[in-house]
Amino acid sequence: MSAPSVTIPEAEIRWNLPARGPVGMYCLIAAETAIFTIFVVAYIFYIGKSISGPQPRDILHVPVFFTICLLSSSITIHFAVKSLRSGAVRTFSLWWLLTIVLGATFLGGTAQEWRHLIYDEGLTIQTNLFGTTYYSLVGLHAFHVTVGLLALATVSLLAVLGYIKQEHAERADVLSMYWHFVDAVWVVVFIVVYVVGR
Amino acid sequence: MSTESIAWPVPDAEPRPLVDQLHGWVTTVDHKRLGILYIVYALVFLLIGGLEATIMRIQLMRPHNDFVSPEVFNRMFTMHGTTMIFFVAMPLVFGFANYLIPLMIGARDMAFPRLNAFSFWMTAFGGLLLYFSFVGGDGLYGAGNAPDVGWFAYAPLTSQTFSQGHSTDFWILSLLVSGFGSVGTAINIIATILCMRCPGMTLRTMPLLAWMNLTMAGLVILAVSPLTAAQVMLLIDRYLGAHFFDTQAGGSAVIWMHFFWIFGHPEVYVLVIPAFAFASEIIPVFSRKAIFGYPVMVAATLCIGFIGMSVWAHHMFTVGMSAGANTFFVLSTMAIAVPTGIKIFNWLATMWGGQIQFKTPMLFCVAFLFQFLIAGLTGIMLSVAPFNWQLSGSYFVVAHFHYVIVGAILFNLFGAFYYWFPKMSGRMYNEALGKLHCWLFIIGFHLTFDFMHIPGILGMPRRIYTYEPGRGWEVWNVIVTIGVFFQAVSILIFAGNLIWSYFRGEFAGSDPWDAWTLEWSTTSPPPTYNFATLPEVKSRRPLWDLKHPEDPDWLYE
Repeated sequence: MSAPSVTIPEAEIRWNLPARGPVGMYCLIAAETAIFTIFVVAYIFYIGKSISGPQPRDILHVPVFFTICLLSSSITIHFAVKSLRSGAVRTFSLWWLLTIVLGATFLGGTAQEWRHLIYDEGLTIQTNLFGTTYYSLVGLHAFHVTVGLLALATVSLLAVLGYIKQEHAERADVLSMYWHFVDAVWVVVFIVVYVVGR
Repeated sequence: MSTESIAWPVPDAEPRPLVDQLHGWVTTVDHKRLGILYIVYALVFLLIGGLEATIMRIQLMRPHNDFVSPEVFNRMFTMHGTTMIFFVAMPLVFGFANYLIPLMIGARDMAFPRLNAFSFWMTAFGGLLLYFSFVGGDGLYGAGNAPDVGWFAYAPLTSQTFSQGHSTDFWILSLLVSGFGSVGTAINIIATILCMRCPGMTLRTMPLLAWMNLTMAGLVILAVSPLTAAQVMLLIDRYLGAHFFDTQAGGSAVIWMHFFWIFGHPEVYVLVIPAFAFASEIIPVFSRKAIFGYPVMVAATLCIGFIGMSVWAHHMFTVGMSAGANTFFVLSTMAIAVPTGIKIFNWLATMWGGQIQFKTPMLFCVAFLFQFLIAGLTGIMLSVAPFNWQLSGSYFVVAHFHYVIVGAILFNLFGAFYYWFPKMSGRMYNEALGKLHCWLFIIGFHLTFDFMHIPGILGMPRRIYTYEPGRGWEVWNVIVTIGVFFQAVSILIFAGNLIWSYFRGEFAGSDPWDAWTLEWSTTSPPPTYNFATLPEVKSRRPLWDLKHPEDPDWLYE
């Protein structure tokens, strides 16, 4: 280069780009948000449009305990990743396991609620628009919880086998982003189904 | 660039066995090979989709024709639309994005190579699933085999009552599966562009192709996902007896339209923005000038992306929306003409005063400029709700969107094929055959789609399998069909040119166009690792800087 008067500043040579893991996960979360948005819009659009019973206010009960379980699992997974960052693998495993237990409890709560609705109240996905939209939206969320639990369980298994080390903290963090997203979606589903829709 | 430091095995004297080579292609995670797989796959479906269009045009050539039955005609337009959008245009766009983006931003591969392979195979199996319906779609009822509900599959046509058998299920599942592939590729493109650029390449200096594909990938994430959601709902309706789109139980057919077009319209921009990207790379090189107004081009692209998300219901003016909704969608649709117009002026200003070389890629891009302008003008006509009430569902609409998809998107794709063919294959295409392809295609395109507007204005509805004589439509339909044969012949010339040049073409060298972006700095075809040493970039035209050290771009940008 024959332009000796122009020197490249130091800042240009140092080259920092975002890590691909979180960027990929943010994109996935954006796509999932779009999917949930369509289901939530359908739910809101069909509130009160069922032409036969049962109606939400007659049979839905607010699942306070299970909501607390799911939301607190966001806190436990945060501490899990934090411990792994500082190299405390055993603490990480315990927090991680607690997250799985809380998530599984929530899923059990959904199963119990569905069982009650189907067998005691006679509401199925075919009954009316409320049944259609309720089982689809809550089921879509429960499906995401299930996928998350499978991923969390895989990590747990690896931890038991001793494969998880401090350097995997960033990857665990990417998975925890997905879990936080699943929890955040529940807040929206909760408000739409159990507060606005009732 | 030095290659000494890399121990690369000397190619064997005799080629590896065919099974080995095929195994290599099936298991590859290399972005270049996956890009070529996407492109070849799309070309096969282009021929199939073109055949379906030809069957329709032969049927419509004269009134009361009985070349195919009404049932077959319905399957043909459904399969033609679905194939061309999901299994030709999308894979072509993704194929070029896959091949070019890492090379242009100086990376060795995409951010997630295995996700990349997964996405391709999802798309590939989606296409196979769609065409398997010809064999497996009959179901128990002796109902039709291939899907016949139109490419936007309005409710209640898709309900079990009206669509028995499995044909519609094949349509749903193939779009669901390929949709996962599309979203995976979009995630990959965004992560690649944001996280893998070579040292020195900031967002302000990366090629416009990267910027436009970044916007495209964002649109795919926000637009294809709603389609996935809607397809899941339709599947639940059909298989579990739910009532999302079941008007008998209080469901709404209109909400399907909304959900479909929330995908359907941004999809147009998903396809056209990469076409813009090709023009933005090809026009400067063959005008021997840097692109005019780089920052404005980026801004206009993002603007199109944003506005493109909020115009979908202009497909639904005849449904009977409220006056407020009609007004909103009229205005937003008109507004999108502004950034698009800015782009056209920027390309013109790039050509202005340049030393224009009319090689085949440039010919296609110049034709694109004219045709895209006309497509935009009929688009503004259709955006006016009262005008739309007259012509919605007529051949005028068919002519309009083919003007966009063929006249703009396909023309630029052909330009991209000729421009990057030397890089992908290492050989030059035949210039005379390329020009013959271009001119025959221009003639065929204009015969077909210019004259298709007229029967539309005269009231010919789309999707009819035949028509009465004496309505003034006959002569126009004959001309339209004649144009199809010009297009078919030119496509065969194109395919023949690619195949002949791949085996017999002259060697191209690494930089046949004297171009300025990084893909031309490595060999043709590029090695698996793309770049022996990662380049360092200081301007938007890194190769110009390398070739002209006395007058580099970074002094001025």
